[in-house]
Amino acid sequence: MAAPSLVAAQTSSRTRVRLKPSLIAGIVIIGSLVIMALVPNLVAPYSPTNFDYQAVLQAPSIKHPFGTDNFGRDVLSRVIWGAQVDMQIALFTTLFPFVFGTLVGAMTGYYGRWLDAIFGRIVDIVVTFPFLVLVIAIVALLGPGLNNMFIAVSAVGWITYGRLVRGEILTQKKAEYALAGRVMGYTASRIIFRHLLPNAITPAVVYWMTDMALGILLGSSLGYLGLGAQPPTAEWGVIIADGKNFMTTAWWISTFPGLAITVAGIGFSLLGDGLADLLRPKG
Amino acid sequence: MNRWSYIIMRVLQVIPTFFVVMALVFFMVRLLPGDPTSAILGERATEAMIARGNKELGLDKPLIVQFGVFVGHFFQGDLGDSINLKVPVFRLILERMPVTLFLTLYASVLAVLLAVPLSFVAALRRDTGIDSAIRGMFQIGLSMPVFYIGLQLLTILGARWRLFPIGGYGETFFEHLWYLFLPALTLGFNLAAILMRNLRAAILEVLQSEYVDFARAKGLRSSLILGKHVLRNAVISTVTLFGLNIGGLIGGAVITESVFAIPGVGRLMVDSIFGRDYPVIQGLTLTFAVLVSLTFILTDIVHAQLDPRVEVT
Amino acid sequence: MNPQTATTLLELRDLRTVFHTARGALTAVNGVNLSLHEGEVLGLVGESGSGKSVTLRSILRLVRPPGKVSGTVLWRGTNLLELPESRLRKVRGGEISMIFQEPMTALNPVLNIGEQITETLQEHTNLSSQDRNARATELLELVGIPSPKERLKDFPHQFSGGMRQRAMIAIALASNPKLLLADEPTTALDVTIQDQILKLLLRLKDTLGMGVILVTHDLGVVAQTCDRVAVMYAGRIVEVAPASELFAQPRHAYTLGLLNSVPGAQSTRRPLIPIPGAPPNLANLPPGCPFSPRCPYVTNACKLEQPALQAISSTRLSACIHFDRLEPVNAQPPPEVQP
Repeated sequence: MAAPSLVAAQTSSRTRVRLKPSLIAGIVIIGSLVIMALVPNLVAPYSPTNFDYQAVLQAPSIKHPFGTDNFGRDVLSRVIWGAQVDMQIALFTTLFPFVFGTLVGAMTGYYGRWLDAIFGRIVDIVVTFPFLVLVIAIVALLGPGLNNMFIAVSAVGWITYGRLVRGEILTQKKAEYALAGRVMGYTASRIIFRHLLPNAITPAVVYWMTDMALGILLGSSLGYLGLGAQPPTAEWGVIIADGKNFMTTAWWISTFPGLAITVAGIGFSLLGDGLADLLRPKG
Repeated sequence: MNRWSYIIMRVLQVIPTFFVVMALVFFMVRLLPGDPTSAILGERATEAMIARGNKELGLDKPLIVQFGVFVGHFFQGDLGDSINLKVPVFRLILERMPVTLFLTLYASVLAVLLAVPLSFVAALRRDTGIDSAIRGMFQIGLSMPVFYIGLQLLTILGARWRLFPIGGYGETFFEHLWYLFLPALTLGFNLAAILMRNLRAAILEVLQSEYVDFARAKGLRSSLILGKHVLRNAVISTVTLFGLNIGGLIGGAVITESVFAIPGVGRLMVDSIFGRDYPVIQGLTLTFAVLVSLTFILTDIVHAQLDPRVEVT
Repeated sequence: MNPQTATTLLELRDLRTVFHTARGALTAVNGVNLSLHEGEVLGLVGESGSGKSVTLRSILRLVRPPGKVSGTVLWRGTNLLELPESRLRKVRGGEISMIFQEPMTALNPVLNIGEQITETLQEHTNLSSQDRNARATELLELVGIPSPKERLKDFPHQFSGGMRQRAMIAIALASNPKLLLADEPTTALDVTIQDQILKLLLRLKDTLGMGVILVTHDLGVVAQTCDRVAVMYAGRIVEVAPASELFAQPRHAYTLGLLNSVPGAQSTRRPLIPIPGAPPNLANLPPGCPFSPRCPYVTNACKLEQPALQAISSTRLSACIHFDRLEPVNAQPPPEVQP
């Protein structure tokens, strides 16, 4: 059969590509964040929640590289533990949208007609709402907190993936191998999952990386407003909100978690750009 | 088809969508847990008190009847009364809206003023240190949360160096410009980053085009080629992108107004959520949807104006 | 016409255009010497990639970086390559105009035709805005666009292919240039429209007294329009001759190959003989004559050193060692363009 050898040829040409420095930087950044998220207790020098009234609002020093907050908690440790919460946010605000949106996009793209028409109307309606406004409205109804935020974002976020994959499937459908599959009498699910989707999913995967950065931005914004993770959880947005009243006297409390968000965002977009380069069809 | 009928048609196209939007907002508020009456009356309310409250608010009638009343009222400009502030929601939004509109327009202008020249410089100095510096700055702008940019600007330029006021809105137009500069910059920076990324790519593409060669062969000066031939073409896709980002801009305004304590509708939204002021949340969500739809129509019109190839049919 | 006595309008001396890329230098134009007389139509022919379009663009310094132009472009006594940008701008579009192959991409899609004409007038004349509009109408009429006044407001996509090319010619003629550089002006058009455009160009040349350099790969177009022909290969001029003499008997092996590879109209049964091999890699030219690897007449002498372009008669130049050994063209000279 031709199909497997084609795939093999593609993968071998991919492995020969040398990784660009920007992609390596992205992998290093996100890799470190994942390690912090998995084993914060091994990485962080202190507990993120223990009060130490002997060491309140201390400026950055060797003992506390990011300083301490108004309860004497080590900001570095809180930022490291924050990675656990924010990487969770990145994952859980995007996982369902990615899977569900891809499925919906594949279905609407493949079957078209009334399914496509319904999807089109849903898109029309959802784009009418500012994303953040819709999310905070839903959070307002469900009540603040991380889980409700995940539900709210998932309810809206899948649309983008659906549009991306639908468009790709529409172009892939016209390709000869898809027609060949239909002529050979393959089932629809086999054509979609074995033949069309592997080729159509690239933009969705690349967007997934960007979306994780957007997820962290959104999650920390809601945390900052008091609608996301709730104190004393060490979430980056929450830490920034905790420190905002001390901005003029103890800038370090809010500044370091903000930099953490920024670095994570840059990491994800480097990773996304790198993946786009790597997965782009050659020739 | 002339321009006016095109505009009217675009508006008419939005109406069915908007009905669904209204229904969605209405039923969402009512079907999800947490009911407004107990929110108004507080935790110590008895069942009898809640029943009486429900009757007053019309919440004892069937949902579909309530929706009919809601739609009828909506078209009379009646969005109900705020539970906490005891004033009509419509009046509340009308009072607070100008500040937010001013802020978002101001931010858009700043974003364009930042994005256009910088993307030209980056494109013309492609792959040099200047290009990398500009792109790096905007990559940071895309990755840094709006509230964080605002907080840092407020602290450093406002509180520490006392260059700008640290809150409020001012009275006159020029005071508005002055008071809202930092918030608008905060809000505009992210938009500038998005526009700039697109505009730089568009300029690079247009610079490769043959009509730029032809314009040079005609002996036109570079400023004219860049300002007319290149910009007019590069800006077309950016207008659409701007329209698509209006939602992000409004979301950003909600955050920015909270950071800078600006009395606009964004701040009202956040306050209402904490106060569980459902009529206000509902009214605002609808208002934002109207705003976004209007912007879509507006960018469509501007796009058709800029690009003669768009057939107005 | 007698090229010996006519005044020289443009002279290229050792024109060289090199593209410095990461993979090394690529010489697209390699020491071109060429002159054009007033009112003369010179054809510049060759396969794609032979450097004819780059030569044309080098004259007006329209080559994009990383391309670098050196040598001399002598225009009425001034070297255009040393002119400051501000004075060069007066020449571009004012004294020397250029038209491109594909008017759809060479015209700005978002500006109407009137605007694209008047902006040239604004740059090169002192006409008032009203006079500029009148002149623009006049120009569209001159190139044969019906109801010119109304069409000024139209955008390029509203014109047909032939009309777009006419519009581009109108723009190029806006300030009465003395020289028109035409880069494959008919290649993108239907055959019937091609013929109309060529006739229009010839008519305009006569009425306006311009010189024309016509870049093309179509020998039929050359036969129909040109007084003299320069043949390019691998960035070099390999043969220059009056058009009629060139078609009667080529004096370069490459020209011969070129003529043998095109179908003649009347000579029906003649087999076409394609030139074997592919155009050379400009980054890695063979020593000696660049055509030698593909040439049926090749001898060892051809491979030793690059033969120079030399006068072989009072009217002809050739860079072929074996110019006098070449057989006649298989058939009649290439025909007029057939409608």
